[in-house]
Amino acid sequence: MSVTGISAARPMNPLGWLGVPMLLCVAATVVLATPIRIFGLAMPEPVFPLAAAFAWALIRPSLVTPFALLALGLFLDLFWWGPLGLWPLCLLASYAAVLAVRRLITGNDYFFVWAWYAASVAVAFGVGFVVATITAGAPPNLLALGSQYIWTVALFPFAHRLIRRYEDADVRFR
Amino acid sequence: MSLRDGPFGDIKVPLTWSAGAALVIAAIIAGALLMSHQREMTRPAAYEAARHAVDSVAAPVGGVLSAPVHWVGGAADWMRGYFFAASENRKLKAELVQAQAWHDQLAAAQVENERLRAVLGIQTNPPLPHVAAETISDSRGPFANTRLADVGSDKGVTEGNPVLSEHGLVGRIVGVSDHVSRILLLTDAESHTPVLLERTNARAILSGDGGSTPKLDYLRTSQAVREGDRVLTSGDGGVFPRGLPVGSVVRGVDGGWRVALDSDAAPIDYVQVLLFTDFAQIANEQALAPKDLPTAMTEEPSPSIVGPTGGAVQPGATHAATPPKPAPPRHAPPRPAPHPRANP
Repeated sequence: MSVTGISAARPMNPLGWLGVPMLLCVAATVVLATPIRIFGLAMPEPVFPLAAAFAWALIRPSLVTPFALLALGLFLDLFWWGPLGLWPLCLLASYAAVLAVRRLITGNDYFFVWAWYAASVAVAFGVGFVVATITAGAPPNLLALGSQYIWTVALFPFAHRLIRRYEDADVRFR
Repeated sequence: MSLRDGPFGDIKVPLTWSAGAALVIAAIIAGALLMSHQREMTRPAAYEAARHAVDSVAAPVGGVLSAPVHWVGGAADWMRGYFFAASENRKLKAELVQAQAWHDQLAAAQVENERLRAVLGIQTNPPLPHVAAETISDSRGPFANTRLADVGSDKGVTEGNPVLSEHGLVGRIVGVSDHVSRILLLTDAESHTPVLLERTNARAILSGDGGSTPKLDYLRTSQAVREGDRVLTSGDGGVFPRGLPVGSVVRGVDGGWRVALDSDAAPIDYVQVLLFTDFAQIANEQALAPKDLPTAMTEEPSPSIVGPTGGAVQPGATHAATPPKPAPPRHAPPRPAPHPRANP
């Protein structure tokens, strides 16, 4: 039996690799929006859907994923009261960037992939910076941007776990 | 024979291209939403409904999540107070020395203030109705800085109402549903607040940029400001009442003037929403309304003053005054009327 044949593919339940991470992203975002300070410091506010966008692009290309990212981005805009369409564009830009170079990323060393993840997050924040500058008429604070960027880059272990769980499910997409 | 068993079975599915097409469609939808959405100017009803629906769902979830977290936060504050008692004692002693000097200045200023107030007859800081609220969710990213409060239109909250913590101004209401409302913080990139510097009375616009210290824009001259100056709302534009405490001036890492917010001194968990919409509500409309003056009763002058008139009216009789004729133009400039308080 050929490994490249359709029989080599382990069936992937969309609920497992798309639905559950989506719900986890929403839940984590809501929990971290709790207004609390511990020792004078506010809780971090990373963008969880960016970790999912990176993992989904590496696991396999899909027709559904861009619309899942659109939905997640709209949720972020509505929940954080940002300009509607800002986070969908950021997430889709990051997803498109990773999708374009996914063959270069798959199968590489853990820290090498982490560096690619950091680059994909930088693409998303770059788009956000430009859009926010246009909509608000002034550039956003770079320190605040850097803080959120670092916290989001720190989410790579979650993205890596999702990739490891599903990347071998369908070898045609490696 | 199915397609998978045929000669096309080994062909790689061009899913990357179809995923790319889906990506382009999703990006077009997102771009269209962004272009059609202009906050503060036009607010399509569908957006508002969606935002209010999300807020209404997020409010109880945030309330449940924030309750235990507040307990943990209280315990953390207690531990911090315990472990940092010595350093806090030193700090409080230094503050006490400073406060005693301020107390003397305050007493002198209070006497002067009372005198000036009596002379001018002005009424400052009029009491405004307000409602207390608890913030249950908050977004702190570089692109949006907002909070969700657990009061809504059922308590009389409307868009534009200023929001204060116990330390100072927090922001204003930008979205209201029945039981929750959305606060746009002073640090949000779309927040622009007219302020003044207490020391020099110089005006500026406090512009948020997603950071913790908003910028002071449109300062006429840099001599008007120095580090530590108190910043208050100016009341210009009628969005905020005048004199609400905002913060103090600091030098930013970019070299520009910024404001360390008073409300940043403590967690913003409980806030006060001032039910202020514009200055017209402060004014006493009854006092300002034109009043019908009572009819003036005059006494007929005696003939010795006006001379023989042959009129039928008897001296001493009273009657309603006829409307006065317009006064002839004076050649000399009119003298200013004496101040009512000048000769009590």
